[in-house]
Amino acid sequence: MMNEQMYLTVHALTKYIKRKFDRDPHLQDIYVKGEISNFKQHSSGHMYFTLKDDQSKILAVMFSTYNKKVLFKPENGMKVLLRGEISVYEPSGQYQIYVKEMQPDGIGELFLAYEQLKKKLEKEGIFHPDRKKEIPSFPSVIGVITSPTGAAIRDILTTIKRRYPLANVIIYPALVQGRQAAPSIVKAIEIANERKEADVLIVGRGGGSIEELWAFNEEIVARAIYASDIPIISAVGHETDTTIADFAADKRAATPTAAAELAVPHVEELMERVLNRKIRLMRVIKQKVYTEQKRYEKLVQSYAFRYPKKLYEEKVEQLDRTLERGKRAIGLLVQEKSERFHRWQERLYLRHPKDLLAQSKKEYDQMKKRLIRNMSEILKNKQKDFLHHISILENVSPLKIMEKGYSLVYKEKDQLVKSVKDVSKGDQVQLALSDGKLICEVLESKGENDG
Amino acid sequence: MTKKKELELTFEEAMEKLEGIVNILEDGDVPLEQAIEKYKEGMELAKICNEKLKNVEMQLTEILREDGEKESFVLEEE
Repeated sequence: MMNEQMYLTVHALTKYIKRKFDRDPHLQDIYVKGEISNFKQHSSGHMYFTLKDDQSKILAVMFSTYNKKVLFKPENGMKVLLRGEISVYEPSGQYQIYVKEMQPDGIGELFLAYEQLKKKLEKEGIFHPDRKKEIPSFPSVIGVITSPTGAAIRDILTTIKRRYPLANVIIYPALVQGRQAAPSIVKAIEIANERKEADVLIVGRGGGSIEELWAFNEEIVARAIYASDIPIISAVGHETDTTIADFAADKRAATPTAAAELAVPHVEELMERVLNRKIRLMRVIKQKVYTEQKRYEKLVQSYAFRYPKKLYEEKVEQLDRTLERGKRAIGLLVQEKSERFHRWQERLYLRHPKDLLAQSKKEYDQMKKRLIRNMSEILKNKQKDFLHHISILENVSPLKIMEKGYSLVYKEKDQLVKSVKDVSKGDQVQLALSDGKLICEVLESKGENDG
Repeated sequence: MTKKKELELTFEEAMEKLEGIVNILEDGDVPLEQAIEKYKEGMELAKICNEKLKNVEMQLTEILREDGEKESFVLEEE
């Protein structure tokens, strides 16, 4: 068995190794370059990533106190130059680099930061042309946000004075260089917007290196310019590149002098403009009067005015002609109508009923004659019949029979006695003879069967 | 419009009115009498603009102090 004391705890070993790293003077301030991968920024602000090249890699940590000074935003795949120290993270036993400074490899840090911010704000639409406010044509108050001691303010004031002495200027002083420049510019923009005195703002400074102008490339400045209700002309004296502020501004001028020129019109130009309008007014009114006069003359010269009689003569003639035409038309109409009337009348005469009447009368007479003839015929026949019937009737009359010796026996009340049974002994009866009556009394009744 | 009222116009307002009148007249069919009225008004406005441009007062330049008060500002001559 070996001595137990030979064995180290993991912790002790790790501590030992860590001490080795920490005491090495080379590892305490080291410069490393490589590519960022697995980049993460914790909500605490600390950055964790892996630095690698094509053969090796090392874990890297950059605490927020250090990474706050980094102007650009590290990204995966970005080549960087790091300065820091190597140490061991005890809980995992891993050695890593604790980064204190970071710079992009190959391109300048400021350039990278500029490009990144530009891309970001562009994406947000902060530079969009639609969002640009119009610069007023005749501002009465011009606000200038710059250093009150720089060359910029001198250029701006002399330019405005020369061009447009009507305008008043208010200077909202701001630092335009150094770490405090950006917040100072932002504050000045905010104050100007609160006070609402100026019609237009010039924000800028004279030329300088990219580091000196850096405030105009900062996000807060760009956002303050974007948020301003007062239109802003940017005036950063920068020869080559455009600052982020220039992109965000409503109008960009290359120099403070140019900005002042953009902000105000030239008084002489204005006078010329007024004169031009005056001339146009005179021309237009002259033209108008001339036109109206010509119109008037043309009217006066017109046929109607020269020969007013002609105006109605023609009408009179027209009237006559019309009347004539009317008369003629009426005559024709009457003639036509009367012709038609006569035609119809003739046709009517042709169909007069007198012939019909004569014929009907003739027919009537004939009919009447026939009727009378037929009637007398019928009457004669009937008379003849009647007489014949009468003679027949006479032949069968009881009176005729009685003339031959027959008589009729009546009981009282003219009842014909047809049987011996109809009368009793003592009844009075009448005997009707052809030439009178006999009143008799029944003495005896003898039936046929009695005898 | 009275003359007094016109004098109260700012240069910008007067200029805008003048431009408006010129445009109306140039655009055409304004009856003659109205056109003459407009012309008179326009000439008056042109006079006002001109006067304003000629008789400018000295430019006023101020600077905002820390305390929020304004004071007049004079460039330091080098």
